Amino acid sequence: MNETVRESMEFDVVIVGGGPAGLAAAIRLRQLSPETSVCLIEKGSEIGAHIVSGAVIEPRALAELLPDWKERGAPLNTQVTAEEMLYLTETGSLRVPFLDKFMPHMANHGNYIVSLGEVCRWLATQAEELGVEIYPGFAGAEVLIENNRVVGVATGDMGITREGKPGPNYQPGMELRGTYTLFAEGCRGSLTKQVMAHYDLRKGVDPQTYGLGIKEVWEVPAEKHRPGLVQHSFGWPMDDQTYGGAFLYHFGENLVSYGFVVGLDYPNTWLSPFEEMQRLKLHPAFRKHLEGGRRVAYGARALSEGGLQAMPRLTFPGGALIGDSAGFLNVPKIKGTHTAMKSGMLAAEAVVDAMQSQRAEPATFTQRVKESWVWEELRTARNIRPAFARFGAKKGAIYSALDAMIFKGRAPWTLHFKHADNEVLKPATLTAKPNYPKPDGQLTFDRLSSVFLSATNHEEDQPVHLHVKNQALWKTVNWDVFRAPETRYCPAGVYEVVDEAADPKLQINAQNCVHCKTCDIKDPCQNIDWTVPEGAGGPNYPAGM
Amino acid sequence: MKIVVPVKRVVDYNIKPRVKADGSGVETAGVKMSMNPFDEIAVEEAVRLKEKGAATEVVVVSIGVQQAQDTLRTAMAMGADRAILVLAEESPEPLAVAKVLKAIVAKEEPGMVILGKQAIDDDMNATGQMLAGLLGWGQGTFAGKVEVADGSVRVSREIDGGTEEVSLKLPAVITADLRLNEPRYASLPNIMKARKKPLETLNVADLGVDTTRRLTVVSVAEPAQRAAGVKVGSVAELVEKLRNEAKVI
Repeated sequence: MNETVRESMEFDVVIVGGGPAGLAAAIRLRQLSPETSVCLIEKGSEIGAHIVSGAVIEPRALAELLPDWKERGAPLNTQVTAEEMLYLTETGSLRVPFLDKFMPHMANHGNYIVSLGEVCRWLATQAEELGVEIYPGFAGAEVLIENNRVVGVATGDMGITREGKPGPNYQPGMELRGTYTLFAEGCRGSLTKQVMAHYDLRKGVDPQTYGLGIKEVWEVPAEKHRPGLVQHSFGWPMDDQTYGGAFLYHFGENLVSYGFVVGLDYPNTWLSPFEEMQRLKLHPAFRKHLEGGRRVAYGARALSEGGLQAMPRLTFPGGALIGDSAGFLNVPKIKGTHTAMKSGMLAAEAVVDAMQSQRAEPATFTQRVKESWVWEELRTARNIRPAFARFGAKKGAIYSALDAMIFKGRAPWTLHFKHADNEVLKPATLTAKPNYPKPDGQLTFDRLSSVFLSATNHEEDQPVHLHVKNQALWKTVNWDVFRAPETRYCPAGVYEVVDEAADPKLQINAQNCVHCKTCDIKDPCQNIDWTVPEGAGGPNYPAGM
Repeated sequence: MKIVVPVKRVVDYNIKPRVKADGSGVETAGVKMSMNPFDEIAVEEAVRLKEKGAATEVVVVSIGVQQAQDTLRTAMAMGADRAILVLAEESPEPLAVAKVLKAIVAKEEPGMVILGKQAIDDDMNATGQMLAGLLGWGQGTFAGKVEVADGSVRVSREIDGGTEEVSLKLPAVITADLRLNEPRYASLPNIMKARKKPLETLNVADLGVDTTRRLTVVSVAEPAQRAAGVKVGSVAELVEKLRNEAKVI
């Protein structure tokens, strides 16, 4: 489609992605340098439309960015008042005592339970007041690189038909050219992936490891609602080789946020994160909170769990990676909003440095990160997630308690991740099928009724945005060896196998895609490539997510 | 000829509406809002008439809360020339809207008003007809095709079982049906340009219109859940169920 002349526009800084990192960077840029023109694009139909998070957030970075956030009406309304960590067996649960000793990173005193989507919508109004130009509904589809420098991005064409030809409503994409470009696409960004490959940013670091989070929001009867209550759990239904746990937060007006996160380095090809998430609600520790309520929202998103060991080089000529695009999540804390925001703010400061000294690479970003509390936090957390990968869930938990109590995160060694998540699946014949209960329509549901609640929509007449690079490879590896794991790990029912008995083929229902990126991560041969669909497509997560 | 296009900000058509726990209405706090799809069709038609040379200016109007200016900006990104926002409470009743529009028409003196046949939030399907009545203009509702000729407009109306052709003297009110056209995308360059187009803000009180509600909402409820289907074993069983359970034969 490159024959058509695209319009282009020049900015000082272009930011791809309207999550906490991108918005914090935009705000910081205009605070430091009010003359700098900043353009932010977001593939969701509005800011917040693609945001999924627990979320308990630590207001540290927010307080540094906008010290008067309370007066400005930031939607941080439910403070954490009570907290429980449960170890689950199939029918019972044990409460972990002395949580602040064994799992000090889990202490949530002073933190808030929020809808991160709402926080982002609010951050966007703050950014716009400062003069940031925000354009939701436009997806960054192409990185513009000239003379080995990133010079901006191009938005995707609109109105391309399924066959890949311009339709009656065709609108070519637009080049947004920036002296600096910040990639804030969140975990496994599709442009970030290209930039990492082009500049070899992952050289010398551990493979990134990921998790998949699936979340529901429930409205519960007022008498059951305990605003400020935070409950985390581990143990059942995960086996010892699988890292995972659940969260349940009471917040807002009779809302309960329930979610389940599983490490994507799980080995059992038969595992279905969606069904694990559903069946966990039948456990007494969760059932008692949700029974009698109704489910009002559903969503899913992958997250980066590799921490410091897996963090790529952060800068390149013409820009930087920020937030979860780079992997700033603090896994043992299960929080990434504060670190993502802080990374955006530090990158903004580095960009201002680079503008002043007219350097192509905002290289002081890395130094600023190393000197900040983000580094200290991620450094003390660095051995916990890899300990689970190496020793399994039980011994990993013991290791992490010792790490916290004896070394306080300052152990003289660093554990490493050896394998990428797509390399660890075991063949279908060597693993056991879990026995998942049928959905009851009260507490547990199927995939399609769930996707319906995410208000996901894609313009129907457009090319499929999930590319299977080699169909033959799908048959010989995905089907013959692993029995189509994508039909199980996809939380939105995108992948289906048709004609299973005679001639199995993969059918892709791309319009269901909630943009979680799991297929791009977990496909055994990295044969599935997630690219951006037409802008404004994907989920439309409501308030509460 | 000037065309006025009223547009309404409603809950986005992709969103599953959620009834408030107290049954007083539909939850709109934090919900994605966008332009009523039928109004998008109306904007598109007005812009096409301008592109064909049948109109000279397209003015979009929205009556509602401050955020309705986003809806107006979208309409301007599609090609409308300027916008008027009349500040009022969210989603006033059709009669109040028609009265406000009558005041706008008096001010703007357009040759045509094109609006969506109904808004997808309350599905009233009344504003266009009421406005035509208040103005004493001809009305071409449920338009599937619009052709402007000298001083008149030919409208194909979608009616039960077919179409009806009417010819109206201008000025006239036209309400857009689904098949009138397929609205264009607002492109990014046009969205950028639309931010610089004029947007005038008025207060409903300044227009001297009484928007007091005349209707009382008794309660709002979600449709009853459908019970799950059952498989029957035989024709005899089916007949038995139809006769004794469904009581339809």
